[in-house]
Amino acid sequence: MTDLFSKFDALIGEREALLSTGVRDPFSLVMESVKSPTVAMCNGKETILLGTYNYMGMTFDDDVLEAGKQALDNFGSGTTGSRVLNGTYAGHRECEEALKEFYGMDHAMVFSTGYQANLGIISTMAGKDDYIILDIDSHASIYDGCALGNAQIVAFRHNDVEALEKRLKRLPAEAGKLVVLEGVYSMLGDIAPLKEMVAVSKAAGAMVLVDEAHSMGFIGEHGRGVAEAAGVIDDVDFIIGTFSKSVGTVGGFCVSNHPKFEVLRLVCRPYVFTASLPPSVVATAATSIRKLMHAGNKRAHLWENSKRLHQGLRDLGFSLGTPEAQSGIIAVIMPDMLKGAQMWQALLERGLYVNLARPPATPAGMTLLRCSLCAEHSSEQVTQILGIFEAAGKDVGIL
Amino acid sequence: MTDTAIYDRIAAQIEPFNKKGVALTESTTFASDLEWDSLTVMDFVAAIEDEFDIIITMNMQAEIETVGQLVAAVEKLTA
Ligand SMILES: Cc1ncc(COP(=O)(O)O)c(C=O)c1O
Repeated sequence: MTDLFSKFDALIGEREALLSTGVRDPFSLVMESVKSPTVAMCNGKETILLGTYNYMGMTFDDDVLEAGKQALDNFGSGTTGSRVLNGTYAGHRECEEALKEFYGMDHAMVFSTGYQANLGIISTMAGKDDYIILDIDSHASIYDGCALGNAQIVAFRHNDVEALEKRLKRLPAEAGKLVVLEGVYSMLGDIAPLKEMVAVSKAAGAMVLVDEAHSMGFIGEHGRGVAEAAGVIDDVDFIIGTFSKSVGTVGGFCVSNHPKFEVLRLVCRPYVFTASLPPSVVATAATSIRKLMHAGNKRAHLWENSKRLHQGLRDLGFSLGTPEAQSGIIAVIMPDMLKGAQMWQALLERGLYVNLARPPATPAGMTLLRCSLCAEHSSEQVTQILGIFEAAGKDVGIL
Repeated sequence: MTDTAIYDRIAAQIEPFNKKGVALTESTTFASDLEWDSLTVMDFVAAIEDEFDIIITMNMQAEIETVGQLVAAVEKLTA
């Protein structure tokens, strides 16, 4: 008899070897209590959160919390049903209205997670004889969307406009094509050259989907993302987003101007065959989205934090994922998994939580300590963060 | 064009990525014999695509394990 678990033996071995060096398991941290968007208790210690994607710090906003509490009282704890049956409440519609307004688009569809939004839209839009052309460093949810459908998949080198254009030109002119891009690539925190990429995609007759999970609320004039900042948002057919980052709750969405968009509610399986978000979640999301439309000051402070952390870490001698701060993510490149795990632990013991990322999530087999800044990080916290990085780096022997 | 002409052109493209100097045959595998990681595979696929002006989709790549299978696939795509 074959133990179906035997395929994981290599990974189990690798984990055991890592833990036997005495480092704490970086993938089983528990936050015992959370005090604010930037501070939690971990292992009994007050810890600054620098790896949460809580970019705009909306998780403890008074209006957001109040909206959630009211929805709990008025609509109950859950919908117990699909969006297309008994699972669409006033709050789901209100959330979709807020998204339409936020993006200035005609249609919005709320999914239970951003992961499911990518699964659903990608697998449904690209059929058997269609082509999906995607960046090789695409998020797992994009690849899984490809795997769920049965289109032909063509990958091109990360952020390489020429490689994209060449491939588009080689595809049959009459074939349906969906180009899938991300505004911000979350591993290194770099942004895509969307102006050029959208232009070559449109010239080839392709539809374009941009995942703006890591840009909502603070990139582009209205916080609509990198496509807005690049001036091409009107040429983008689908924007995918999530409530789990800037919006500060959970859920996913797709917005579009396509006149036939609403049919997707009937044919998109990850939308139909799962329960809808709880009323309190859509109420907090809608409130947060509306507040993000007028969050100019927060946005400015987030950028200030990101630039300062980038400069500070560079000055200390760390090697970073981008030459300058391009987003709310600053990725610190570690020499290997062991050093990465040691550094992660040294930071945590000094009261700083960052995100440890390892292959296959990372490009080029890199181990990364990903820092994501929050508009609610104070300048003092950024100073503290730099001090902790310096001390931990010396401890572990990276600096 | 014959198999051997395609084989020779593919072999020439493999050369710069063949860091271990593995002797090539039709049954040489990319993953176990040449020990290529996913990044190397992507660069190599791009080189083959440019050489023959074709697209090798990821769906096709999943079916190609050996040099011989790649030759057959390129032959089909350029036919
Ligand atoms: C680029 C990208 N797309 C989609 C998602 C999925 O979002 P969610 O957390 O809502 O499932 C994420 C977050 O993990 C992401 O980084």
